[in-house]
Amino acid sequence: MSDRDSWRRVHPLSPVVRGGRATIAIGVLLLPTVLRGGDLKDSYVQLGIAAALTALGFVSWLVTRWRIDGDDLQIETGVLRRQSLRFPLAQVQAVDIVRPGLARIFRVAELRLRMGGASGSTARLAYLPEQEVEPLRVRLLALASGVEHGEEAEAPAEERVLTTVPTGRLIGSILISDVGLIAEAVIAVLVVTALLAPAAATGVVSGGAVWIFAVLTLVWRRFNQEYRLTLAESPDGLRLRSGLVALTAETIRPGRVQAVRMVEPLLWRLLGWCRLEVDLAGKQRSKGEGEAERRSLRAVLPVGSRALAEELLDRIVPDRPRQHARAPRRVRWKSPLRYRMIAWGRTETCVATTSGRVRRVTCWVPLQKVQSLRRVQGPVQRRLHLASVHVDTAGRGVHAILRDRDAPEADRALAQLSELARAARRKPT
Amino acid sequence: MSDRWLRPSHRLLVLRRLQAAAATLAFVAVAAVLAVYSGAVAGLVCAAGAVVFGLAAERFVRRRFAAWGYAEREDDLLVQRGVLFSRLSVVPYGRMQFIDVTAGPLERSFGIATVRMHTAAAASDARIPGLDREEAARLRDRLAELGEAQAAGL
Repeated sequence: MSDRDSWRRVHPLSPVVRGGRATIAIGVLLLPTVLRGGDLKDSYVQLGIAAALTALGFVSWLVTRWRIDGDDLQIETGVLRRQSLRFPLAQVQAVDIVRPGLARIFRVAELRLRMGGASGSTARLAYLPEQEVEPLRVRLLALASGVEHGEEAEAPAEERVLTTVPTGRLIGSILISDVGLIAEAVIAVLVVTALLAPAAATGVVSGGAVWIFAVLTLVWRRFNQEYRLTLAESPDGLRLRSGLVALTAETIRPGRVQAVRMVEPLLWRLLGWCRLEVDLAGKQRSKGEGEAERRSLRAVLPVGSRALAEELLDRIVPDRPRQHARAPRRVRWKSPLRYRMIAWGRTETCVATTSGRVRRVTCWVPLQKVQSLRRVQGPVQRRLHLASVHVDTAGRGVHAILRDRDAPEADRALAQLSELARAARRKPT
Repeated sequence: MSDRWLRPSHRLLVLRRLQAAAATLAFVAVAAVLAVYSGAVAGLVCAAGAVVFGLAAERFVRRRFAAWGYAEREDDLLVQRGVLFSRLSVVPYGRMQFIDVTAGPLERSFGIATVRMHTAAAASDARIPGLDREEAARLRDRLAELGEAQAAGL
């Protein structure tokens, strides 16, 4: 292929897929008229809106084009505000392929390039024909870096699957998760009212429709995102693939994990289950990205046994503390519930904290990623000679806190941790 | 740790005292209005309240001012603050993303400024208010210099 490609357009159906919900909404708008006997003349407004949106979509397709120019990916788009974007491929951190439900129906896929650098923006090619995406991904990765990534991308067999979440377990875990329990409560209330007073049920449904819809959406989104989530290890990091309707494939580079946390809700603990999430810094909440990307925490193990979680932790934070120091007894007066769970431990390169009675959360922060440390002492803590040490990282989701320690211990921990973090920073990675 | 702790300028205390005094004056004004319109008893109660409020505000402001402190160590900056919730932040120079120096109109008229350090973590809160203008500039330059020398990636 030549170094400089000619301009190319995205798939003609892109606006339809990109519209997503809007497309469905147009369908819904037109539905009543169609059902009433097909006399479309009665609904000028709906037709007008549909026509306008179609025209807009067509124009946006017409003006969007892309090409690979040497080491850059160029995208041009926009009518009134013409944008010409140039993404240097050398700065690509990861290439993701995303296929929402509508895209799969039309056999197209979106290619996303996560860029490094301070802005951390994302280049999106939405949407390309399915058969073109994989070769393009390989080519982009090969251009991005040279040899090792190119070879790696061409030989996906190199990756080693660590775990896949069984669907039955995922369903079970969602049923007894916080979101799931709310949804079940809502449904139970509906069923009971429907049985006792069928007349009242319609009122309840129409009154609480928004809430019911919101809860069900949450449950669905979680299921859809984590369906058959497969974690694999490859030379360029952890690979995550998941999705029932919308498929995503993501790569997390090993050095980019800012913190890891394990969540164990009360009901899950009874079954010995837990959830493992990693926190990344690079994820910007940029507009237009899917819901999945808006969350900074990424579940690498939506649900699994402790043993499995330990195994994965060995990969992500190999050197982690095995022994955790419990909180002093007098903490019972301040935090009667979480007292039993509060603990912390450290090694030369990692600090771990645990807290939470109902929802036990354990955080691991590699000391290399520590941004700053804070010792905080509130009035009650002062009375009891306690203090907490907060470990701040660049991630948004994990808050590691050495909660309620003996005040001298907290001081020592603060001094030691800042010393160790300094050493970890200096060490070349 | 034999750190040399530095404190904000005394002018910060003066400024905070003035602000407390202004609040107390407002209180006194209300007391005066009440005394005129609804008799001496209510006015007296309010006046007593104003005195108590003023004293409490003065004590609060003084203790809060005394709690501020910062120390430049070899590799990190320590910032201490807070009376009820006392906080001690350790911010490594290598983690600083940028530093900003702000001075509102009141602060400007007192010739003081606030220096704030930002790291990649949103939670790091390293802010030193009420520095003399020269000290703020010195600290800013020194931090920028040290930050550059020790900069570490994410």
